[in-house]
Amino acid sequence: MESQALLVLLLFVLVLSIFLGFELINKVPSTLHTPLMSGANAISGITIVGALLASGGEGTFSSILVGTFAVFFASINVVGGYLVTNRMLKMFKKK
Amino acid sequence: MMAFFQSSIFVNLAYIFASILFIFGLKMLSSPETAQRGNLVSASGMLIAIIVTLVQNEIIAYEYLLIALIGGLIVGVLASSLVKMTSMPELVALFNGFGGIASLLVGVAEFINPSSSTLIQIIAISFTVLIGGITFSGSLVAFGKLSEIISGKPLVLFGQRFVLSALLLVALLLVLELIISTGMLNISSQTILFVLIGVTLILGVLLTAPIGGADMPVVIALLNSYSGLAASSAGFVINNNVLIVAGALVGASGLILTNIMCKAMNRSLSNVLFGGFGAATSSSGGSGQIQGEVKPITAEDAYLILEAANSVLVVPGYGMAVSQAQHVVRELGELLEDNGCEVKYAIHPVAGRMPGHMNVLLAEANVSYDVLAEPDDVNPLMDTVDVCIVIGANDVVNPDARENEGSPIYGMPVIEVDRARTVFILKRSMAAGFAGIDNPLFLKENSRMLFGDAKESISTLVSEFKS
Repeated sequence: MESQALLVLLLFVLVLSIFLGFELINKVPSTLHTPLMSGANAISGITIVGALLASGGEGTFSSILVGTFAVFFASINVVGGYLVTNRMLKMFKKK
Repeated sequence: MMAFFQSSIFVNLAYIFASILFIFGLKMLSSPETAQRGNLVSASGMLIAIIVTLVQNEIIAYEYLLIALIGGLIVGVLASSLVKMTSMPELVALFNGFGGIASLLVGVAEFINPSSSTLIQIIAISFTVLIGGITFSGSLVAFGKLSEIISGKPLVLFGQRFVLSALLLVALLLVLELIISTGMLNISSQTILFVLIGVTLILGVLLTAPIGGADMPVVIALLNSYSGLAASSAGFVINNNVLIVAGALVGASGLILTNIMCKAMNRSLSNVLFGGFGAATSSSGGSGQIQGEVKPITAEDAYLILEAANSVLVVPGYGMAVSQAQHVVRELGELLEDNGCEVKYAIHPVAGRMPGHMNVLLAEANVSYDVLAEPDDVNPLMDTVDVCIVIGANDVVNPDARENEGSPIYGMPVIEVDRARTVFILKRSMAAGFAGIDNPLFLKENSRMLFGDAKESISTLVSEFKS
């Protein structure tokens, strides 16, 4: 695809996702603010996809090294984020 | 068969599926009944995205990435299972910073990769580095403040705003030079990128250092939003939809939380970020006309009043987290209920150091979430409450927010505990709250101070009930 057309498409996706995000989160009760934040934080670890491609893909030694560090940090973010959110949500109970 | 799983159509469809799971997961996170499943749905989306990426034929070597993945897995599992619930704000801040640095590194790796980058990619890389860097160092400062490695007091340097604006300008000029490469600086574009990283790291520190501990919920929510935006921006670097969608969702949710926190303090975001609240107002904050005297009460006398009470409202604050009093608080609540008393918990949105901090602690202690109320629910009924127990909360119950126009927190929505028949205030000493302002609540006619560690005071009350 031509790079300009691709950019427009990606921007389109970006704008729609932001609006979707506002709609999704708008009515979260304050009880769930912390799990929502840490759960969202884990989702932001999606950058791990880019990190994996940089670490395992073609490149120079330095780009692979940088990518590998990115994988390390992103996977802490992903694994830790989801686990800690799960640990918190397990506690939320109604009697 | 393998060829199909590596085809770009399959990979992209899988990314779309992962995005759908993120969206449903977030949706389910907004209700307590479905939240835990929602988190699992979102996690399975992440797992799909990771696996699909790993089987792509663009990946040619696995040794480094597997070492890093396993290392990250171990650290993540250990950190999330060892952390105490009271230390949750620091951990969330730290994870957030890791997300930021990961996005930054993805940008850098793409930049130093010899395969030529398009103009759009260079723009995206610049923004990823800018936002990722600020997220990383900002989150580390927030982590330091929350874990009390560095002082939680707002740190306002001389000419801070000038330095900040100057650095921001430098950063933007560096970005511009990366994009149009005029060659005026006569240094390689890689060097420019590294200087840019340095500048963004300093920016993150300068943006977070002036913010006091009580304003931390706003900062954490905002940094959370930044980490999403950094991931989204990294999506433009590698032309990947799932990064853009997931990052934008996180960016939007963080902004909404930031907005809720600002509203709860009746302040604008720029006031929180640049106000240096506590530092700027501590000298002028005292209204100087507060009258009355502090009336201490012993736990024994407090017990007699509680024993006769029909309705009790508990208002927790950061002090409850510090003394780890949530379990004894729940025990006291149960004893009161057994005694025929109605017990509710009123939680201010900015109580504690993170959005929803108090809710997590009470949930840990097994308090049912349907007795946790927000200020708007409890304030209209405050006149019918017999006893309000304020545990280590200060600014969020300050009547000056309604009564004293000269107060720096005037107009902030507070829990109007002073309208209850009796108010017990559990406090270690008469020191001012985090915002450094006086609280006339302590001197009101119906206020009784129960001095000492909150956990010990409540334990004494519990044992009085049991004896």
